Amino acid sequence: MALLGLILFNIINGIAVLVLISIGLAVIYGMMRIINLAHGEFLMLGAYATVLSTNAGVNLWVSILIVSPIVVGLFGLLVERCIIRFLYGRLIDTMLATWGLSLFMIGGITTLFGTTVEGVSAPLGAFNIGPYHASLYSVFSIAVAAAMLGGVWSVLRFTKFGLIVRATMQNPPMAAALGVAPNRIYMLTFALGAALTGLAGGVLAPVAGVAPGMGAAYIAKAFITVIGGGAAIVTGSGLASALFGTIDQIVTFQTTPVIGQVALLIAAIIMIRILPQGITGRFFRRSL
Amino acid sequence: MSPLFTGRAGFALVIAAGVIVTIALPLIDGMFGLVQATVFIAMAVLALSLGFIWGFGGIMCFGQSAFFGLGGYAYAIAAIDFGGSSWAVLLAIAVPAAFAAMLGYFMFYGRISDAYMGVITLTVAVILYNVMNSTSGSQYHIGAAELGGFNGMPSVPPINLPGDPSAALSPLQFFILSMILLMAVYTGLRLLLASRFGRVLVAIRENETRAMLLGYDPRFYKLVAFAIGGGIAGLSGCLFTNWGGFISPTAFSLAQSAQIIIFVLLGGIGTLLGPIMGAVAIEYLITLTGTQHRFDANLILGVILLGFVLLVPQGVVPAIAAQLARVIPARRRAGASSQTVTAP
Amino acid sequence: MVLTRRAILKSSAAVPLAAPFIGSAMAAAPIKVGSLVDLSGPLGTTGQPMLDALKIAVEAHNKAGGLLGRQIDLINYDTQSSIQLYSQYAQALALKDRVDVVLGGITSASREAIRPVFDRYKVLYFYNTFYEGGVCDRDIFCTGTTPAQTVQKLVSYATKTWGKKVYIIAADYNYGHITAKWMTKYTQDDGGTVMATEFFPLDVTNFNATISKIQSEKPDLILSALVGSNHTAFYRQWGAAGMSGKIPIASTTFGIVNEMATLQAKESNGIITAFGYYQELQTPASVAFVDAIHKQFGAGVPYIGEPAACTYEAFNLWAEAVKKSGTVTRMPVIKALDSGLSFDGPTGKVTIDPATQHCIRNVYLAKAVDKKWDVFKTFPNQTPSDTASVCNLIKHPNIDKQFVIDVKTKA
Repeated sequence: MALLGLILFNIINGIAVLVLISIGLAVIYGMMRIINLAHGEFLMLGAYATVLSTNAGVNLWVSILIVSPIVVGLFGLLVERCIIRFLYGRLIDTMLATWGLSLFMIGGITTLFGTTVEGVSAPLGAFNIGPYHASLYSVFSIAVAAAMLGGVWSVLRFTKFGLIVRATMQNPPMAAALGVAPNRIYMLTFALGAALTGLAGGVLAPVAGVAPGMGAAYIAKAFITVIGGGAAIVTGSGLASALFGTIDQIVTFQTTPVIGQVALLIAAIIMIRILPQGITGRFFRRSL
Repeated sequence: MSPLFTGRAGFALVIAAGVIVTIALPLIDGMFGLVQATVFIAMAVLALSLGFIWGFGGIMCFGQSAFFGLGGYAYAIAAIDFGGSSWAVLLAIAVPAAFAAMLGYFMFYGRISDAYMGVITLTVAVILYNVMNSTSGSQYHIGAAELGGFNGMPSVPPINLPGDPSAALSPLQFFILSMILLMAVYTGLRLLLASRFGRVLVAIRENETRAMLLGYDPRFYKLVAFAIGGGIAGLSGCLFTNWGGFISPTAFSLAQSAQIIIFVLLGGIGTLLGPIMGAVAIEYLITLTGTQHRFDANLILGVILLGFVLLVPQGVVPAIAAQLARVIPARRRAGASSQTVTAP
Repeated sequence: MVLTRRAILKSSAAVPLAAPFIGSAMAAAPIKVGSLVDLSGPLGTTGQPMLDALKIAVEAHNKAGGLLGRQIDLINYDTQSSIQLYSQYAQALALKDRVDVVLGGITSASREAIRPVFDRYKVLYFYNTFYEGGVCDRDIFCTGTTPAQTVQKLVSYATKTWGKKVYIIAADYNYGHITAKWMTKYTQDDGGTVMATEFFPLDVTNFNATISKIQSEKPDLILSALVGSNHTAFYRQWGAAGMSGKIPIASTTFGIVNEMATLQAKESNGIITAFGYYQELQTPASVAFVDAIHKQFGAGVPYIGEPAACTYEAFNLWAEAVKKSGTVTRMPVIKALDSGLSFDGPTGKVTIDPATQHCIRNVYLAKAVDKKWDVFKTFPNQTPSDTASVCNLIKHPNIDKQFVIDVKTKA
């Protein structure tokens, strides 16, 4: 029974990790149709921000929750102003540019900080599920993932900014005609997506191997989750994360991590074949 | 698309340049230059495969490395098992082409849209990468060929003259063969694009619904194009395996897939000459960055790519073509562009 | 080597700059030594100290007047953690630079990619990283340790100290699979049982499912052959789950991507490893070696572990062989090396085993204590008996392949 509880906890945690790594990408891709190939490096930058500022004496929680999103958000703003804004409507060029950006970021971080950096260990310790130990920090990351989903949803649903963003997304010329500056909205959306990714990187930092090339391990999963989710940003990523995370964790526990990963990927392929528009292309169509 | 490289004159120019390179390079450069040029050619063939299906078929394939790796492995396994290389080369083209046809049937007849196609192909490449990586140990073998897992398959026998396994090609002969194959693929694709099939394919890329209403089945045309692209990528994998005498799962890796995309984007999408130039330029740059020790290799590549996108957004070949086209009288251009729907 | 007018001009221009004391080196073209290691990308941390160690070795020889009266040129390429670049630069070293010897390669895949190139163009090659064993090729010398040298010591110490129930976690590729088999065999030899063996692809970052599984199995100890910075996350999540110190860990790989610097002391304390070298080793040769690297490249150099020390010793072994045979030509040098040549290096005495062209060398056990390795046990002169069971280059000099050694384990 306790073991079942532990497995259940792991499944929820696996889902939370998928939500963390994909929500920023979902915002940027879902709103702006920009395939950000530097997404993994945004995560890496967030992790570095947390690690470096913690090592410099900043409180760990401040580093994760405040420093990381601000640093990466500002970086995203800079990237949008210097690169992305020249490339709107040119999907392919943005891919090329963000690929270049990802190489640049890996190279830049390596040059500045070397290939290794002393990481921070997870705070909070453990709690017991029957005779088993589970990480309290995982509870924290689950909470952050939930808060991110809820936050993005509330912003889109309840704020004026959200309304404008949704309108711009749906019909940019019409929004412009009504007095909205689409370019400003895009800029803010990109920065928001970057900040969310930075926060995710910060949350992952204490439980990941922080290194310049760490983004590569996450990027494929993030893309599959976002595209699997379909048009609705919050509901889509949430549902896709739940589906893929559950499959991955259950299969991994029953067999091996290789089969777990392959099962996740095959599930994604089959799902896209059945639901070519992603989960929210068929169900929950009016969701956000 | 600028018309300069279109038309018969442009085609003749490209082939003439190819012939000159084939003859001149062995004269001016040493053995190392040839061996290095050979891998650039293999990559150029790979870039052509994606340049064709993406630029003309409108198929976004993020996992072209899947076919590249399959071609490499098919060649290696067949060459070790059969002794000679003739069947191995054929298999290196046939296996990926068949696999592409299967995958294509699954995708196109499922009416899966662009971005999703990208994700599926990427996922397939990742799966192949994971699966090949976990084949270490002597229990994983096909005939006498051990798959070797992450370490890959070393000492793959090189291409030999048909019928005589002991007559392996020298590096010079292999270079010439690679150049001939590259030109053959280029020519073949141009002919294909000038044919009825090619025109329909481009029409589908331009407007799928309209083509469908005119009675063409886009699914079929895309499927055929995708399979041809798979076969060409397989040929490239075969050349690559021959060049190094080695193939490993990194051929399937995400980095490899991304690199192919970059070749095409940098050279210019919607052209055939562009991907070739893109591949050679990027490969050359990467090689160069490893010989200097002042800056991190990734850093340099990143800066160059960013610079290119912002300054030469349409790709190198179209940019050059546009520049040249200014010089050439407009009347000739108009005549040339109406001749054909194909681009270089 | 054919001397052209241009080569002579070039070398006479370069040598006075490199060596202020102009001796007989003026007359002859320099000897060329090639290095192929990753200096950027995920493996850059492992490659950097290897190159630094090689530079130190080459410079020491040049200061002492070179080899055979000729200066030594070091030509190195950054392979950027890419297998294709290994092939490419290997060809450059063989055909363009025409080097006399090559040292390099980190992963087994990189070695297998460049081995055929050096076989084809007849270039002598030294591979200096510990690996899964089994390479049998007249043109290559493997100076690092193999499982028979390290795993056996580690497993027998761990099972005697901690208990007989073992849980194995390993990276999902050749090294991991073969090492896991050796771990199983030695565990069974010592009367223990393996409760489970799990393999992880190199890009796995989430280990929570496994950590739960380990908790439910309750082993006495964990044997780890996890590789790379993604896998470093295991130790992180292990610590986060409050398991650090609850179940002891012994590893054949911990430390190779600088895990010790990345993790905090409380996450790494108590982990035991077995390698051919640790930079904390307090012998005079070891202290001098570490000091020389730190003096020249600063204390910021990544951890100087077995691969760096083996690279240093490989170069010196080669240099000894060149002195002994009086030439840099491949076959005479191989013969000189195969005469059972030995060298006293930072790791202790190293001797070439002619049958396998691997090294007989000391092996050390060490425990992580506050981000340093406490070397607590030495096993002198360990032989590569695993490779020796399948490879005999004295009897069959024309073999060039990597054997997959059949490890006998009970089901």
